[in-house]
Amino acid sequence: MNFEFLFNNLPELTITGLAFGAIYALVALGYTMVYGVLQLINFAHSEVFMYGTFAMLWTVMALNGAEADGVKLIAILIAALFAAMLMSAAIALILERVAYRPLIKRDAPRLIALISAIGASFVLAELMGLRDKVAEWLGLDDNLDDYVSGARINNSMAGVLEKPRFDVAGVSVSSIDLIVIVAAVGMMVLLDQFVRRSRLGKGIRATAQDPETASLMGVNPTRTIQVTFLIGGIMAGIAAFLYMLKIETTRFDVGFLLGVKAFTAAVLGGIGNLRGALLGGLILGVAENWGSALFGTEWRDVIAFVLLVLILLVRPTGLLGESLGKARA
Amino acid sequence: MPEAILEVQNVTLKFGGLTALDDVSFTINEGEILGLIGPNGAGKTTCFNAVTGVYRPTSGGISFQGRSIVGLKKHKITQQGIARTFQNIRLFPTMTALENVLVGADAQHSTGMLSALFRLPKHRREEREGHDRAMEVLRFMGIHRKADELAANLSYGDQRRLEIARAMATNPKLICLDEPAAGFNPAEKVELMNLIRRVRDQGFTVLLIEHDMKLVMGVTDRIVVLEFGRKIAEGSPADIRDNPAVIAAYLGVDEEDAS
Amino acid sequence: MKNKLTGLPKPVKILLWVLLALFAYAVPLLEPPIISTPGVDFGGVLFTVSIYCLVALGLNIVVGYAGLLDLGYVGFYAIGAYTVAILTSFHASWPLLLAIPVGVVAAMVSGVLLGAPTLRVRGDYLAIVTLGFGEIIRLVAVNTEWLGDTRGIKNIAKPPGVGGEEGWFQIPHLFWGDGTVLLDTEDKTKFLFFGVLDQIPYYWMGLTAVILVLIADILIKNSRVGRAWEATREDEDAAELMGVPTFKFKLLAFATGAFVGGLAGGLYASRQGFINPQSFLLLFSILYLAAVVVGGQGNRWGVLVGAALVAYLPQRFREFDDFRVLVFGLALVVLATVRPQGLLPPRRTVRAKKLEHELEELEEGTGEEENAHA
Repeated sequence: MNFEFLFNNLPELTITGLAFGAIYALVALGYTMVYGVLQLINFAHSEVFMYGTFAMLWTVMALNGAEADGVKLIAILIAALFAAMLMSAAIALILERVAYRPLIKRDAPRLIALISAIGASFVLAELMGLRDKVAEWLGLDDNLDDYVSGARINNSMAGVLEKPRFDVAGVSVSSIDLIVIVAAVGMMVLLDQFVRRSRLGKGIRATAQDPETASLMGVNPTRTIQVTFLIGGIMAGIAAFLYMLKIETTRFDVGFLLGVKAFTAAVLGGIGNLRGALLGGLILGVAENWGSALFGTEWRDVIAFVLLVLILLVRPTGLLGESLGKARA
Repeated sequence: MPEAILEVQNVTLKFGGLTALDDVSFTINEGEILGLIGPNGAGKTTCFNAVTGVYRPTSGGISFQGRSIVGLKKHKITQQGIARTFQNIRLFPTMTALENVLVGADAQHSTGMLSALFRLPKHRREEREGHDRAMEVLRFMGIHRKADELAANLSYGDQRRLEIARAMATNPKLICLDEPAAGFNPAEKVELMNLIRRVRDQGFTVLLIEHDMKLVMGVTDRIVVLEFGRKIAEGSPADIRDNPAVIAAYLGVDEEDAS
Repeated sequence: MKNKLTGLPKPVKILLWVLLALFAYAVPLLEPPIISTPGVDFGGVLFTVSIYCLVALGLNIVVGYAGLLDLGYVGFYAIGAYTVAILTSFHASWPLLLAIPVGVVAAMVSGVLLGAPTLRVRGDYLAIVTLGFGEIIRLVAVNTEWLGDTRGIKNIAKPPGVGGEEGWFQIPHLFWGDGTVLLDTEDKTKFLFFGVLDQIPYYWMGLTAVILVLIADILIKNSRVGRAWEATREDEDAAELMGVPTFKFKLLAFATGAFVGGLAGGLYASRQGFINPQSFLLLFSILYLAAVVVGGQGNRWGVLVGAALVAYLPQRFREFDDFRVLVFGLALVVLATVRPQGLLPPRRTVRAKKLEHELEELEEGTGEEENAHA
C-alpha cells in the first residue's frame, strides 16, 4: 500500500476524483429518478450515457473540431453538447417506450422488468459495437464517410482540446476537471430546484410517493414516467459530454462499468434521493481515486464494487436515506 | 380461572412520533374466541403485527404460553403456535391451494436438503403427515375439491378460506384472523362465523378482528375495544354493547364507513 | 383430460426415461444430419451444451425457484474452474477427481460468504451486488499473479480414463451418406479415454453430471425445501409468517446454485485444459440468465431447452456469431414483453394430476357434509 504517494498527491487526487465523481453523479440521477418513480433499476441507463458519448464524438469529428480553435471550437463543443443531450434523451425515451411501458402497463414483476432492461442494454451496446456491420446491412457503407468524415470508425477525439493546467495555492489543477465539477454541480442544483418547485417536478414527486393517488389528482402517470426518463436522459447526455471532454475516448462497452459505478453512487447517497446522488457520486469518485493511489490502478474498478457491497451491508438506505417523494432534503 | 394462553402486557408501539399502541394490555384464555374491535386506525392490525413478530413493541411484554415472544423471529413465533391470516389476502399465487397449505404444515417439520435428497424416512414421514394434515384442513374449510387449483385462480371467498386453512395447517394453539369476512355478503358472513366457532371447537383459540359489530357480538366470548391505540373497554359482548365509551367511539364513526 | 404419458405405470415411465438418457448418450455417435455441426467438432459442441445445461439448472434453483436474481453466476463457475486449475496444475498436482469436489466446496463456501450478508437486501439490489461479485472475481484473477493473471493457467488435469490409451473398447460412429447410413469404421470413439482430439468422452462426463443434478433437482423440488423456496419467491413476508425461515432457505438456494456452478466450472476447466479470465466475462452470466429466462424460469425442462438453444445455436450458425449477444438481448426484451414466463413455463398440472385419484376418494366421504354446508 502506497500511503506516501497518496498523501503527497492528496489535493490533485481529490480534484480529479471529484471530477469523475461529478460525472458519476449526473449518470446516477437517471438511476435514482427512475427508481424513485418506478422502483425499477433502469439497467440500460448506462447505454443512454454511451450513446451520448458517441453523439458528442461524432459531432466534433463531423464538424472538423480537430482543426478548429477559439470561438469556432466553442461553437462546435456547444453543438456537441446539444447533440449528446438529444441523443441520450432520445435513447432514454425509446427505452421507456419499448422496454418498460409494455411491462408497466401489465404490472409485471420487477424481476421481469429488470430482465427486459438487461436485454435492452445488450441490444443497445451491441448495435453500437456492430455499427460497421449495421451500416453494411443498410447499404450506407460507402457514402456514410462522406458525411461524417471518419467519425464512424473513430473512437477517440484526442488532441482536439488543449487542457491548460494552472496552480491554485501550489496545487496543479486541470481546467477541464474544474469545468466538469462546476458544470455537473450546477446542473444538479438546477434539477433539484426544478423537481422541488415546478409543476412537472411536483408531479414526479407525487407519483413517486403514491402513483394511484397522484393519478387521481390529475397527474398523468405515463407522462410523468416519460418526463422522468427524459430528464435522466438529458443528464446522462451532459455527463457524456463532460466525460468526453475529460477522457476523449469511448467504446461501445464504456457504459457498463460507468453504469455500475453510477448506480453505486445512487445507492451510496440513498436511491431515489437527488441530493444523495450528488453526494454519493462525489464520494465514490474520490474514494476510487484515493483507493487506486493506495492499492494500484489495476484495482480501481474493484474498489467501486467492494464499496457497493459494503454500503448495502452497513446502510442499505444510503447516506441521505431513500425516496424521491420526500425529496425535500 | 381459565388459563391465559397469550398475555399482552402494557404494550406501547411508536413509529417515530406516532403512537400506534399506547399501553395496551389484555389476555386471551385458552379455548375462547376473543374479538378485537375498534374504529379504523385504532391499532387492531398493529396489535396483530406486534403479536406475530412483524413489529417489535417499543415497550411492554407479550408472552405466549408463559414464555416471552418479544424479539423472536417471525417464523419462530409461528412455529411456537401462533398463526395468522392477512387483511389483504397474501397467498402464494402460483402455488396450488394444496401447496399453500403444505407450506403451512411444513412449519412443524424439519426436513432439510439431505433428507429430501436421499428420501430419508424423515422426509417420507413428514411428507405423508403434512399431506394428510393439509387435505384434512382443506376439507374442513370446504375447499378440498380445489386443492389442485392455483391459489391465484380461486374465487375471492375461497382465497379467504384458503388463508384460514393455511394458518390452521401450521398446527397453532392460537389463530389470529384479520377481518376474515371482509368483502363477504351477509350470508357468507354468517357461514364464516359458524366456521370460526367450529375452528374453536377443534381446540384452537381464536383472536378475531372484525368490523361488523353484529357478527362480533354473535361469535365472540369476550371483546377488547381499541380506540386511537388505547384499550377503552374489555368484557363480554353484552357488557360492550352497553358500554358508554364504546358507544361514543362508534358513534363518532359511521359504522358503514368503518368497514 | 388425462395425459397419455403421465397415465403410464411407473416401470414403463422409468424405462422411457432410461431410453431417453441412452439416446442422449448416443447422439454424438449417431451424428444425425442437420443437428450435427459442420466445421466444428460435434462432440465438443455437445460438451458445451451439457455444461450450459448444468449451469442453467444451477441458476434455475437461484432465479427460478427462489426468485433471487443473480447476475454474477459466472463467479461461482470461475471459482470452480480456478480451484481445479490451481490444484491440478498451477500450485499442486492433485488428481482431478479430488480437485473437483474441493472446487465445488470452494464455490459453495463463496456462495455462503456472499449470500449471508447480501441476501437480506432487497431483490433488485441483490442483482447488482452479484453482478459486482462476478466482476470482482474476474478482476482479482486478472490482477493476481498467483492466479496466473491475464495469461491464465495451462495443463489442467484430464479426467482419468479406463483401459489406457486405446480404451476398453471402441465404438464406431455412424456415417450418413446419400440415403444410406453406414458404420464408419475409420471414426471410432475409445471407451473411455479422455484425449485431446475426441471430445465425446467429455460430453458423456458432462451429460452424466447433468443427469445427476437433474435427479437431485427433482427430489429437492418436491419436498419441504422446494416449497419453502417457492413460497419465499412468491411472498417473503407471508412465507416468514407461515413459519418458513426464509433467510435460511435463500442462503440454501444460493449455496446449492453455487455448488452446481462450481461443478460446471471444474468440468469445463478439465476439458479445456487451459483457462484465463477471458473465459469468465460478465457476458456469460447474462447468457446463462438468458438460458434460464428464455426456457422458462422455474421449469427445469424449459431451462434445459433454453440452455441447449443458447449453447447450440451460435455453434450451429457460426457465421452469425457476431450477432449472438444482440440476438439474446433482443430475445430477453421480446420475451419479457410478450411471454414473460418463457417458452416452457412451469407445468403445475403434472403434480396436480397425482392427487386427482385421492381427491375422488375424499369427495365420496364428504358429500353429505358438503350438502349440509350449502
